[in-house]
Amino acid sequence: MADPMKIRAAMAGDKVEVKVLMAHEMETGQRKDASGKVIPAWFIQNVTATCNGKTVLSAEWGPAVAKNPFLSFRFSGGKPGDKVVISWVDNHGDKRSDEAVIS
Amino acid sequence: MNPIHRAAAVLCVASAMAGAAVLAQQPSSTEQEIEKYRAALGEDNPAELWEARGEALWKEKAGPKGASLERCDIGLGPGVVKGAYTVLPKYFADTGKVQDLESRLVTCMETLQGISEADAKKNHFGSGPKRSKMEALVAWIASESRGMPMNVSLAHPEEKEAYEIGKRMFFYRAGPHDFACATCHSRDNLRIRLQELPNLTNPKDAQRAYTTWPGYRVSQGEVRTMQHRINDCYRQQRFPEPGYASDAVTALVMYLAHNANGGVYNAPAVKR
Repeated sequence: MADPMKIRAAMAGDKVEVKVLMAHEMETGQRKDASGKVIPAWFIQNVTATCNGKTVLSAEWGPAVAKNPFLSFRFSGGKPGDKVVISWVDNHGDKRSDEAVIS
Repeated sequence: MNPIHRAAAVLCVASAMAGAAVLAQQPSSTEQEIEKYRAALGEDNPAELWEARGEALWKEKAGPKGASLERCDIGLGPGVVKGAYTVLPKYFADTGKVQDLESRLVTCMETLQGISEADAKKNHFGSGPKRSKMEALVAWIASESRGMPMNVSLAHPEEKEAYEIGKRMFFYRAGPHDFACATCHSRDNLRIRLQELPNLTNPKDAQRAYTTWPGYRVSQGEVRTMQHRINDCYRQQRFPEPGYASDAVTALVMYLAHNANGGVYNAPAVKR
């Protein structure tokens, strides 16, 4: 199981600003190890964010995203106390889901 | 003036202005640019992921004795984490020697959890999926001292001795390049290529350098501890690799930490 994400969700004016730090290797599949063998690709493919169960962001990622990715976005329609859930699935089928309450 | 000439003249003026704008925007120093980068990352330092993992590891029951590290004395008494990093390295009566955080954690893993010294020191520098417990623990413990001033004591004779040994190591010239730590770190305003080198004999630079380690090294994608920093300096001097959590490294850390006294601790930071 992957490490938990760090999620911050706070009101920024009339919008909600969400900042997420994810722990993932994000291996591109282009690199080789010391013995010359290709290190297999391993990266987050799908990211979704929901607010009280309603999807507010859905993204498809590739190997171009850096290791330990940081994602920041804003959406409207949220209010303090609402629950934001972020989930990702990587190309190994490994998944992780964490939540935060809007402050 | 015909229209073509006029257009050319206008273009010249425009490109001259663009040139001036580029010049005005140029950074006066790389360090300032790195500073901006650190500020931009600010509270979103990836080291937080290590801190979270470290806190969990501190509380996790492990080893043959199935105990957590929560009763570990890292300088301010058993189980006290807040502010502990600011008093290290320090003399510990139970082991009878001066220890820094990493060597102290090795001791606690041995005494509390029953893990052998070799196992406790295994995999001390992580790399990708081969993760280091030590780097995570250090990241969390260090983060609990944020905002507190460095306060390393030399009251005990052993502490004084470690400081003096560390000082000698700092100025000791050897190796194929006849190098010492002091070659790079005892004068103001030196740099390697674009990296500014802190003068570690000057309190202001020493404070700034010491209080920002451990750090998340962007070039490595890992949190690196003081032990790793010293190892890397030794490698750059073409010295043999020092023993992990050895008395020698602790002595050198003692010299650096004491020189940083009074500086406000603010790590894990973001490093190049």
